[in-house]
Amino acid sequence: MAKDVAIIGVGLHRFGRFDGVSGRQQGAHAVREALKDANLSWDKVQVAYGGSQDAGNADALCNDLGLTGVPFINVANGCATGGSALASVIAAIRSGAAEIGVAVGFDKHPRGAFNPMPRDWGLEDWYGETGLMLTTQFFALKTQRYMYEHGITEDALVRVAQRAFRNGALNPNAWRQRELDYEEIATSSPVNLPLRKYMFCNPAEGGAAVVLCSAEVAKRHHPKPILVRAAVVRTRHHGSFEVFNPALAAQQAPAPTVTASKAAFEEAGVGPGDIDVMQLQDTDSGSEIIHMAENGFCQHGEQERLLRDGSTEIGGRLPINTDGGCLANGEPVGASGLRQVIEICQQLRGEAGRRQVPGAPRLGYTHVYGAPGVSGVTILERAGG
Amino acid sequence: MNENMTAHQPKLACPHLIGFNNGRPSLIGSRCANCGEVYFPAAAGCTRCLCTEMTPADLGDEGILWSWTIQDFLPKEPYNSGETEIDFQPYGVGYVQMPSGIKVESRLSVADPEKLRIGMAMRLDVQPYGKTPAGESIHTFVFSPITSAKGGENHG
Repeated sequence: MAKDVAIIGVGLHRFGRFDGVSGRQQGAHAVREALKDANLSWDKVQVAYGGSQDAGNADALCNDLGLTGVPFINVANGCATGGSALASVIAAIRSGAAEIGVAVGFDKHPRGAFNPMPRDWGLEDWYGETGLMLTTQFFALKTQRYMYEHGITEDALVRVAQRAFRNGALNPNAWRQRELDYEEIATSSPVNLPLRKYMFCNPAEGGAAVVLCSAEVAKRHHPKPILVRAAVVRTRHHGSFEVFNPALAAQQAPAPTVTASKAAFEEAGVGPGDIDVMQLQDTDSGSEIIHMAENGFCQHGEQERLLRDGSTEIGGRLPINTDGGCLANGEPVGASGLRQVIEICQQLRGEAGRRQVPGAPRLGYTHVYGAPGVSGVTILERAGG
Repeated sequence: MNENMTAHQPKLACPHLIGFNNGRPSLIGSRCANCGEVYFPAAAGCTRCLCTEMTPADLGDEGILWSWTIQDFLPKEPYNSGETEIDFQPYGVGYVQMPSGIKVESRLSVADPEKLRIGMAMRLDVQPYGKTPAGESIHTFVFSPITSAKGGENHG
């Protein structure tokens, strides 16, 4: 019978820019912090999954943490690397193959936009050579079409960014801790219209790690274990509107976020209305808006009103990206999904400091989306609630 | 394509994507022999019905603008326009819905947000987007708004 799984330790290496510190060192720091939180040592870990996009093999962390013979599997799943690592550790513990596991992600990207190579993604060279293979273009094209179909205006794009930086200013671990006013965001330089400079997150550096074990023994390791109610990864479907697509099918299909989200709610036996605090992939303002509806938290087109009336603020009905999200934290691709999980754990433990969601939240939700069309969703619950 | 024809054609980044009929370019993709789904560029198999029998398909040279953006910063490699930060010219990018319903991603000849609107009629063209290190112009497929009156061209 499948076992219930709990998170018993979380550890973060702050996101940002850290000259002279390798991505791997940041990953090792995160694992050590997570183990400390779980009151465990590395030699007790029986399985590890981890990844980075630009900072080397995650397995190399063993050289820092200890050569204990632990099965350590490298994960390379773009922005969903952390979510995929987490889902894999959970599967290992559920199956009984391991009692204690670690999921870790870290990264260190060069400055500026990503420059993927077409052949690595099954595409032809001309697609990159002629200037069509940019993730920022995709987010802009998807946002532009979404705004057209659902009556969203630029006001909503500005408000997402404004809230992200407002929350970031409350988070001592955020990269960007300065609030930005409406005008500063609305008039920032265009990157890929309708998206502007402060509506995009930046590639960054950082590390994030989570320690898990079977729920029945969780309290031995941490006084406030967080139960994993669902952890789901889904890839794109024929016809869904994804990044790195030289063409889109005539008939549009739902995004992998929609199928991942539905499967996660089903697995957890709860609905969007039960969630008290949520992390939604905000690579850019437009993505967060789209993801609010794709994850079932509102109807398409309803977002602008929710952003305006304060529903998505820390004290609102749908507190989104309470730590500032990708916009205020930047995106070290390998670590980003686990940062989301860590923020939700801190919120559910009641340890989120100045950004704590009031009312002792019980259920939390995380969602990542990345190239070439992969989404990971978790639903987490405060134990003993 | 015979030698006589290639001699008159510009250097293309993607010659296999573009066919010429009486001097007019059109986009070449493929169609699933089983379910009829259309692909661009030509695909080895159908991701909808999983059939692997595909036939070439001419997608045409006109469509409707389905979404758009402006590329406002110089892309890193593998972009090969040869431009630098100093002489970079922003360019439009869009998805153009072709008669079969497929939406093709393309550069746009217009980079002015005031002149682009979802739903506008677009026509295919072949235009230079950069130069090789040796100074030879490199061309690719580009869509331009169809202007009603001649002389109202949007080329900047």
